Amino acid sequence: MERVVVSMQDPDQGVKMRSQRLLVTVIPHAVTGGDVVQWLTQKFCISEEEARHLGAVLVQHGYIYPLRDPRSLVLRPDETPYRFQTPYFWTSTLWPAAELDYAIYLAKKNIRKQGTLVDYEKECYDRLHTKINHAWDLVLMQAREQLRAAKQRRKGDRLVIACQEQTYWLVNRPPPGAPSVLEQSPGRGSCAASRVHMTKRGDFYKQEIEYCRRALGRTRVKSSVCLEAYLSFCGQRGPHDPLVSGCLPSNPWISDDDAYWVMNAPTVVAPTKLRVERWGFSFRELLEDPVGRAHFMDFLGKEFSGENLSFWEACEELRYGAQAQVPTLVDAVYQQFLAPGAARWVNIDSRTMERTLEGLRQPHRYVLDDAQLHIYMLMKKDSYPRFLKSDMYKGLLAEAGIPLETKKRVFPFSRRPRHSSPSPALLPTPVEPTAAGGPGGGDGVA
Amino acid sequence: MATEALHENETLASLKSEAESLKGKLEEERAKLHDVELHQVAERVEALGQFVMKTRRTLKGHGNKVLCMDWCKDKRRIVSSSQECKVEILRLHWDIQPLPHSLRFFSWKDGKVIVWDSFTTNKEHAVTMPCTWVMACAYAPSGCAIACGGLDNKCSVYPLTFDKNENMAAKKKSVAMHTNYLSACSFTNSDMQILTASGDGTCALWDVESGQLLQSFHGHGADVLCLDLAPSETGNTFVSGGCDKKAMVWDMRSGQCVQAFETHESDINSVRYYPSGDAFASGSDDATCRLYDLRADREVAIYSKESIIFGASSVDFSLSGRLLFAGYNDYTINVWDVLKGSRVSILFGHENRVSTLRVSPDGTAFCSGSWDHTLRVWA
Repeated sequence: MERVVVSMQDPDQGVKMRSQRLLVTVIPHAVTGGDVVQWLTQKFCISEEEARHLGAVLVQHGYIYPLRDPRSLVLRPDETPYRFQTPYFWTSTLWPAAELDYAIYLAKKNIRKQGTLVDYEKECYDRLHTKINHAWDLVLMQAREQLRAAKQRRKGDRLVIACQEQTYWLVNRPPPGAPSVLEQSPGRGSCAASRVHMTKRGDFYKQEIEYCRRALGRTRVKSSVCLEAYLSFCGQRGPHDPLVSGCLPSNPWISDDDAYWVMNAPTVVAPTKLRVERWGFSFRELLEDPVGRAHFMDFLGKEFSGENLSFWEACEELRYGAQAQVPTLVDAVYQQFLAPGAARWVNIDSRTMERTLEGLRQPHRYVLDDAQLHIYMLMKKDSYPRFLKSDMYKGLLAEAGIPLETKKRVFPFSRRPRHSSPSPALLPTPVEPTAAGGPGGGDGVA
Repeated sequence: MATEALHENETLASLKSEAESLKGKLEEERAKLHDVELHQVAERVEALGQFVMKTRRTLKGHGNKVLCMDWCKDKRRIVSSSQECKVEILRLHWDIQPLPHSLRFFSWKDGKVIVWDSFTTNKEHAVTMPCTWVMACAYAPSGCAIACGGLDNKCSVYPLTFDKNENMAAKKKSVAMHTNYLSACSFTNSDMQILTASGDGTCALWDVESGQLLQSFHGHGADVLCLDLAPSETGNTFVSGGCDKKAMVWDMRSGQCVQAFETHESDINSVRYYPSGDAFASGSDDATCRLYDLRADREVAIYSKESIIFGASSVDFSLSGRLLFAGYNDYTINVWDVLKGSRVSILFGHENRVSTLRVSPDGTAFCSGSWDHTLRVWA
């Protein structure tokens, strides 16, 4: 923020400054709200709305203060005069806004003209009076001294200083109800301290050194290859992105009609064309969609390799399941898929099988990772491409329809009733296909 | 004694210089394969048209700053958490680290967590938490539970129930225990595991049922502020960002840091993976958002503008990864074209800083939560 404000005060390229007439006194180096907005618009090439917003934020933080109505920190984009706050009072100076200083400020106000203290200020004044009672004489003395010194200045300067102080205290002691711009998230203060502490320890650096050594050895891909990948990804998914290309029949949030969600429910008999297309983008997309996965299972069934997908699902269940279930699940998977003569034996290469069986002696949740990856790759490189070329998939693609766009309402102000949907918390938990018994899909019997 | 201390200091200094020189070499290696910039490659891409995004729903119900929110998989429900103000000045509460403004009187606040059906704007559940700032919350994949935590240093899981006779707080399960505040939490692929990030500089993976610590991740030099799970096929990594300006990618199984990126100039408030899983974006207090590619192992784009001088508090991608939405501390939301690096639009509406922002699971809208006590759904 300071960067912006400093460049605004630049004599050549900054905001146009002139002397402003305020009632009878003349204040030098003042700017109008309108000029501030215009300068921001031009310098940063932004819209007027944004410039007004940015200007307002600068005023709220006390970097620019109004001369005429110093009670409220608002930027008026017209002839209202403003001035730049002196760096002494900048919020980033982290000058601790001490209670004593605030007391002196309020005392000054009170002495200068009785009755100028607003309600909340009166409350604070009384509270401080009780709190710093012992030093109250000092407070009053300071206040009177400052007022006396001020009287010796020109009226213009006096006004400016008064406005500066007022703004500073409005920012640091905002009236109740107004948000304080200085509020921070809790806990961040510990960052600096803990950081210093950590870097003093030797093992922090040892860790960094080890990481760097490992990192130097890794293979990297050329930027051009990686960046091209983004282009093709975004290009492929663009038409599927509701915020980029819209969605049919309509975006539920805009039209208040939840037809889009009904049509794209997780389990639906007739998936839309876009959805079926997505199954062809990557194997992961196919598996993540319950309808896609079900069709793929059917396809595998026809090829007598359905046990591969069931095995993969069982492994997922193990990996993300409860810790207490691990031994039971591992055993179930072994009995079902890996044991010699198992009902749904999966075909893994001998080396992986040996390693897996070895690891099964001390089962943990990642013990089936190697086998799972092997089967996953098998499906991805072999069954998946065949699925995409199959008649079954082509048929699904041809059958899938594109929903019609909902006609725009004739009377835009009549609201459609927004239907509520049952909370997932109400539905009975869907039964996961367990290792013990797979879904009733036709797959080969051993 | 004195000689021992001297020896210690020498080793420390030599370790530090060795680390610095290795880091320098690493940067050189990374630069060797950097043959083109993203915006150059993106020149052939069609520019996006004008975007008109408006607030479609405003959710009012929190009595104080909204700190965090998450979507349910059903694409319309959300859980949000806030710092709640219950009563007037009752007690004095002193900050542990005396900041310049800590002499102000605090009122004793409770945190509140609300579950909404944001389509109809109905509130479905509400829980009051006995801790002041609830900085993290997450919806379980099944939609049957929520997790939240904050200054209480814990992450608790609440099963959602519609039974009027049951008090939701009674069934709560305390899962994670850290030695400092909880800054972020997320369920993995199931309801039974939670990943947490904390102000004590570590991340941790927990088993919900037993509360057992499954894996911990050490390496950040300061508070960890955010995390995101990778959408990869093998589902094994996640990225975290912290006050040490570093974004680190971790292997969930071994607990080791796989990659680290240190180009931001201030705290990283938010990290989010690109939908393909090959990259991630980060938003920071240095007023920029950056894109890091995992295969090229470097930063590939910076999203910044001279007129944006406030920190970005949260970022998220649209479904195709073409748009990056970022919420800032100057109350605005900026929408960036990820490929071209330019700003597509700026959204006004919030009256205080935007603290959290997430795109809905099917990409039809995004929701932003702010310190002005409201949440807004935009489309």
